[in-house]
Amino acid sequence: MYRIVSKKRLNLTVTQMEIYAPLVAAKAKPGQFIILRVDENGERIPLTVAGIDAENGTVKIIFQIVGKTTKMLDSKNEGESIQDFAGPLGVATHTDGIRKVCIVGGGVGCAIAMPVAQEFHRLGAEVTSIIGFRNKDLLILEDEFKACSDRLTVMTDDGSYARQGNVTIPLKEYLEAGEKFDMIITIGPLIMMKFVVAAAKPFDVPVTVSMNPIMIDGTGMCGGCRLTLNKDGKKVTKFACVDGPDFNGYEVDFDEAMSRGRMYAEYERHAYDKACNLLKEGI
Amino acid sequence: MPNMSLNKNPMPAQEPKVRAHNFSEVALGYTEETAINEAERCLNCNNMPCVTGCPVNIHIPEFISKVKEGEFEEAYKIINQTSSLPAVCGRVCPQETQCECKCVRGIKGEPVGIGRLERFVADWHNAHTGKMTSDIVCNEHKVAVVGSGPSGLTCAGDLAKKGYKVTVYEALHTAGGVLVYGIPEFRLPKAIVAKEVETLKALGVEIETNVIIGKTLTVDELFDMGFEAVFIGSGAGLPNFMGIPGESYKGVYSANEFLTRSNLMKAYLDEPETPIMKGGNVAVVGGGNVAMDAARTALRLGAEHVYIVYRRSMEELPARKEEVEHAQEEGIDFRLLNNPVEILGYNNPDDPRDPKNGFVTGMKCIKMELGEPDERGRRRLVPVEESEFVLDVDTVIISIGTSPNPLIKNTTDGLEVNSRGGIIISEDGLTSRQGVYAGGDAVTGAATVISAMGAGKTAAKAIDEYIMSKEKV
Repeated sequence: MYRIVSKKRLNLTVTQMEIYAPLVAAKAKPGQFIILRVDENGERIPLTVAGIDAENGTVKIIFQIVGKTTKMLDSKNEGESIQDFAGPLGVATHTDGIRKVCIVGGGVGCAIAMPVAQEFHRLGAEVTSIIGFRNKDLLILEDEFKACSDRLTVMTDDGSYARQGNVTIPLKEYLEAGEKFDMIITIGPLIMMKFVVAAAKPFDVPVTVSMNPIMIDGTGMCGGCRLTLNKDGKKVTKFACVDGPDFNGYEVDFDEAMSRGRMYAEYERHAYDKACNLLKEGI
Repeated sequence: MPNMSLNKNPMPAQEPKVRAHNFSEVALGYTEETAINEAERCLNCNNMPCVTGCPVNIHIPEFISKVKEGEFEEAYKIINQTSSLPAVCGRVCPQETQCECKCVRGIKGEPVGIGRLERFVADWHNAHTGKMTSDIVCNEHKVAVVGSGPSGLTCAGDLAKKGYKVTVYEALHTAGGVLVYGIPEFRLPKAIVAKEVETLKALGVEIETNVIIGKTLTVDELFDMGFEAVFIGSGAGLPNFMGIPGESYKGVYSANEFLTRSNLMKAYLDEPETPIMKGGNVAVVGGGNVAMDAARTALRLGAEHVYIVYRRSMEELPARKEEVEHAQEEGIDFRLLNNPVEILGYNNPDDPRDPKNGFVTGMKCIKMELGEPDERGRRRLVPVEESEFVLDVDTVIISIGTSPNPLIKNTTDGLEVNSRGGIIISEDGLTSRQGVYAGGDAVTGAATVISAMGAGKTAAKAIDEYIMSKEKV
């Protein structure tokens, strides 16, 4: 069992927890993920780490309540425990040779982008951050990004806070103004990452995207997390759990990844409604 | 006088029509009377050919003699000397190509039902006896085992019996490896695996779940932690796909994923937490035991029609005969000499929100024929021109093998692997690294439970000799 050391609501649907898992904390690096189960018979879900405190043996996770499992996880409180917490899995974000980086985060993806931005800041790279949300109520981690970014732009789709529009607007402005990033790293909804890649393409800047497909074991056994890369005109199958989760954005088949991500959409909606009803009855 | 009946006592089983819709065990096991009657068929040969056929050299005639006498617990003790997982082996070993194929009774008639007797003895022990009390003297030497599948559990059990302090590291949340994620409940009930694991724990074996060696800890760190030897039994790895168009459509699974969802994650239960596609028509590509398991699981999950699509003929089909027969009885439709060329899916670009978008609608296959034998005597497969046809299916399960997992290789300096990624070992299981041993699918690629157990056993013996020889120096 793995104890929840702290719990904090970041907004209406996003929760942050620190979990006591010293073996994972000793090894985890930004960009890697963990697999957890809330209780016995629970589903295994992958979450990319949102922070690591090796000294105190804790790993920070930030998750959006999107389905039954995240709903059950959110119902756990500080001091309680979750059944399983395994990791770190996947390959850490590459930082070598990158002196000037642009981090583009969207929604709850900003939670994963944050430790990556912090790592580049710690390594002395110049960090430009662009974070976007649907509206003011969903904004998270602005102060944390401010602290590790040389420049920060906050966007909201509806203009209820900071600038209105999506994250590609300031990205294009930087690129058109002649900014030379060694790397753009984007983490967020697939559709957003697809547009970030499209925006960067004319400027020939490398783009790393962080994929989060459906997974079960997370160790390279089931193949459920496979995605297709287009490498020099050839289609190549890769596994996000062992080859990723970071990939070259120009190679990823986003349309396929979006389609596969919806495989169990109907099922999940049903399970979520049921979980909500159960929790209501419990209260 | 021995029982000279030419036939084995048949294994009582659930009726095919009934069992095709439930996940309860298919074979029900012998009664005491049947077991004794079957044991009386054994001639107790002096040269014991059956023992040479067993990868873990169970003293077969000895345990069968005890069954004849009705001394079932004594029979168990004899099996347990050499096998750490008798209830598992009695169920999943391919006895027809191992012990039983060497049985003298098989020359005229059927061999003694050794596997059925082994299962009976193990089940009798589990039903009648509590935990075995162990009088093991701990020798204070520590050994780490990576993976809690058949090779790891066997290695751990053998070393624990010799007095070693063994810790088994398991990446998943439950111990058992392929015995829990791969082999379905109706063939190997998970309660039986759990019981065997408990027996090992009673011997002092510690099992740490949720630790991925190569990620959470490395092999080198295990040595730093005071382990004197490491056994790698990390099992099969990444599933192979065919490389044909359409394998990314929703509804295409690897057999590993399909079986893991159903077995480990219990998607076969009503209202499971982990979803799985149920119903419709299902095609399983491949002809091994895993393919049979996937097909029979799909049927039990409510599929209307399940095909096994295999490119060669029944003669080359690698699955155990008993599994094939069970599948046929249950109504699995074998489409032999058929090779998939493309998986078809529904695409409606005008309405990206159409919920049917991206799901499998069929699988295009081509008929094959067997041509002239090649240099190795294996007959070449030749596609029949213009014989393409479409199987109307909603789910495709690809069961054409796996490649070893790269996590340990990538994080262990000096660990040599072959061109397929399998860890290279010597005869006694030693890898290219001192003190590091390996066995099972991590070495051979996908193979059987018992061969993995045999490898775990060989390595345990070598690890014992290695540590004891160090001590003498």
